[in-house]
Amino acid sequence: MLSLTHYLILGAILFAISVAGIFLNRKNLIVLLMSVELMLLAVNTNFIAFSRYLGNIDGQIFVFFILTVAAAESAIGLAILVALFRNRRTIHVDDLDSLKG
Amino acid sequence: MEFSTFVFYFFAAVLVVAGLRVITARNPVHAALFLVLAFFSAGGIWLLLSAEFLAITLVMVYVGAVMVLFLFVVMMLDIDFARLREGFWKYLPLGAVIGALLAIEMGLVLMKGFGGKEVAAAAATITNVTEPIECSNNICELGRVLYTEYAYPFELAALVLLVAMVAAVSLTLRRRSGKYAEKYISPEAQIAARSEDRMILVKMASEKEEPEEPAAGAQPGKAGQ
Repeated sequence: MLSLTHYLILGAILFAISVAGIFLNRKNLIVLLMSVELMLLAVNTNFIAFSRYLGNIDGQIFVFFILTVAAAESAIGLAILVALFRNRRTIHVDDLDSLKG
Repeated sequence: MEFSTFVFYFFAAVLVVAGLRVITARNPVHAALFLVLAFFSAGGIWLLLSAEFLAITLVMVYVGAVMVLFLFVVMMLDIDFARLREGFWKYLPLGAVIGALLAIEMGLVLMKGFGGKEVAAAAATITNVTEPIECSNNICELGRVLYTEYAYPFELAALVLLVAMVAAVSLTLRRRSGKYAEKYISPEAQIAARSEDRMILVKMASEKEEPEEPAAGAQPGKAGQ
């Protein structure tokens, strides 16, 4: 029989994978954005598992809003990426040093 | 083994493998396609948790819109994929250690905190309902809460989407310049064009071309002869 722990551990593994992905692909902005999407997926899975376990629909409402915000975030992120590529002809992280941070 | 347990393990295995391939794929196009696979299997897991509406939304919004956007951008930009992967092997030990540590820690905490608790029967108790309406499906429950308690956040979410749309358009909009400047025709000018403006007939007296006077002196080509 499936318990809540199954789903939570699946979410934890997925979250850890995406954290590792941020470390591995720190030069690659596109895969970084994908890792963030994967993280949000893990968090959403946790929300839905808790919603089911507690018999409370609010968790699913939260997932609904997270999906909305994530879609907006990725659209703006990719738009920034495209604008960046047009201006600098590169999206390599090392070349994006005009702010001298 | 129960059937739902088998389905869970199947989707979970696909999800984890697809997630690993997303972060290790050599080509960002492959990473995006594996992310699509990950979203599909996550949708299956959400279906198991009887969140049908969100599972379908995940597949439609993410696979249908966001991932297509990703693929568009990856294919549109002319990227040196090999250069983007530099430092991958250097950071692999650190990333793997941190990822494993995170997974083990969270696993331990979750085992301790929630171990052995069964998932409650779906929709058995809905605690946050002011006026009970009998709902037999997920969409009905979701809509009942979304349009009453969460009506204001719902409209804010619409505003967020609108702002995102305007921002994405204004970020990528550009005035043509350089070698394409001449080819660019503004849409207003195109719409305002009328057929009578296209060609103008001008009345004028006919002219007769005078035969050219023979050039004084020798022709340039024959100068040396």
